[in-house]
Amino acid sequence: MSLQEELQGPPPAKLIVDHVSKWFRQKRQTVHALDDISLKVAEGEFIVIVGPSGCGKSTLLDIIAGLEKPDKGHVLADNEPVLNPGRHRLVMFQESALFPWLNAFGNVMFGLKLKPGLRNSERREVAKFFLHLVGLEKFMEANVHELSGGMKQRVALARALAPNPRVLLMDEPFAALDAMTREQLYGDIQRIWEKRRKTIIFVTHNVREAACLADRVVIMSPTPGRIREVFDITLPRPRDFNSIEIARHASTLTAALKEHGAHATLTG
Amino acid sequence: MRRSLLAIVFFVALAALWGAIVRAQIWSPVLLPSPLSVWDYVVNAGRDGTLLSASIVTLRRLLSGYVIGLAIGLPLGLLTASSTFVEDTIGVLALGLQTLPSVCWVPLALLWFGQTESAMLFVVIMGTVWSVVIATDTGVRTIPPIYARAARTMGSRPFHKWTRVILPASLPYLVSGMKQGWAFAWRSLMAAEIYVTILTGFGLGHLLHYGRELNAMDQVIGIMLVIIVIGLLADKILFSPWERFLHRRWGTGKR
Repeated sequence: MSLQEELQGPPPAKLIVDHVSKWFRQKRQTVHALDDISLKVAEGEFIVIVGPSGCGKSTLLDIIAGLEKPDKGHVLADNEPVLNPGRHRLVMFQESALFPWLNAFGNVMFGLKLKPGLRNSERREVAKFFLHLVGLEKFMEANVHELSGGMKQRVALARALAPNPRVLLMDEPFAALDAMTREQLYGDIQRIWEKRRKTIIFVTHNVREAACLADRVVIMSPTPGRIREVFDITLPRPRDFNSIEIARHASTLTAALKEHGAHATLTG
Repeated sequence: MRRSLLAIVFFVALAALWGAIVRAQIWSPVLLPSPLSVWDYVVNAGRDGTLLSASIVTLRRLLSGYVIGLAIGLPLGLLTASSTFVEDTIGVLALGLQTLPSVCWVPLALLWFGQTESAMLFVVIMGTVWSVVIATDTGVRTIPPIYARAARTMGSRPFHKWTRVILPASLPYLVSGMKQGWAFAWRSLMAAEIYVTILTGFGLGHLLHYGRELNAMDQVIGIMLVIIVIGLLADKILFSPWERFLHRRWGTGKR
């Protein structure tokens, strides 16, 4: 496989979440985390799941990733049932989850080394390409602790993109960042998504973030986690986080969340 | 530079204080020899080869016991951290035996192995293994679970996960565990050498013991100093580079 083909990668995947329910059995009680969740995601679609903490949105993401198993229902990725985690569906976590014993380059290489069919020289090229894409080509040799929060998430993004997954799962990836850095990353993620089309499922409790990024916003409510409403956001891209249209959509989303008895933060 | 100068000044002052106390003749010079006579002993013992051969004997025992201890302790620690069954059995045993001062193994080793190298080795291994088990176990348990999750999503299978994620992630704990294991091995060996005389080699502990038998205080203090210096050097040579590397990578501590 040539480097160019490798960078082209497979097409983004179609996802079907089919009547998924999940309970967590604890010592004292059983928590009903997800109740009959169904969701169809088209190839290359950007879905944002919004809900207050405890609505099961991260659990849903874990199930789609294959990190958790549903008690009822199943998830299909391109009509194949999801049984285990796999490198076609990579996850970006809230904390960067970068490995401190590797430098930035080593972190991006980690997933690539697990991908068969590549020569090591090609892996290095791919890693450099993605570090360049997230604007960190000068920080390849940097240790994780030397990077700022925003830079860490950029490396995490490069690490998740590098093995060319067909689905990118993002679990509140910007929640721990300051507002300035976050706004910069909204721009970056839109730019990168234009270039490297992936099916993205993005979980957040920030409605403005949802309005800025999503093709479709899924509103969830807690106890048990349910999908309440789905909004299409058809604004042209790239979108400006501070634009009036985004604010307007955000307030619609907030109203919907309130209606379903859930509280959300407007600006995060 | 300034710091090493300060250290030198400190130790010279300490020796001068010691010399002054000797000159004041509060205690008999048999009990408190002058720094110079201790120095003479060390120089002479260094010249005639006693010191070198004793150090080699001791370090050989120490290293072989230590390496075996690590080879047993590391995998055991990984096991106790990953299986509740092993945790409840071997883990409890390790915790208990770790609290046992290693001198306590000496009588048992003597009865089992007699006055042999095996007895020495046994005491050193027992002194090392349990602290290494505990440190490894703690290290693995302290790893944020998100590392393993992230690795799994990238296609990491259990063996790969252990070798490429769990082990490197617990490296800071492993190194401090190894350091602790080293300290315990050193203590155990000295205890064993002081208590057990064997004919296959006189170690530093034996020199110390015979210093006492001969009432040769200069020898006793001289050997003690040599033991201290070896301990310091081992720390600087074996562990400091690792620790510096870890501090640089993890961004912990300041050097």
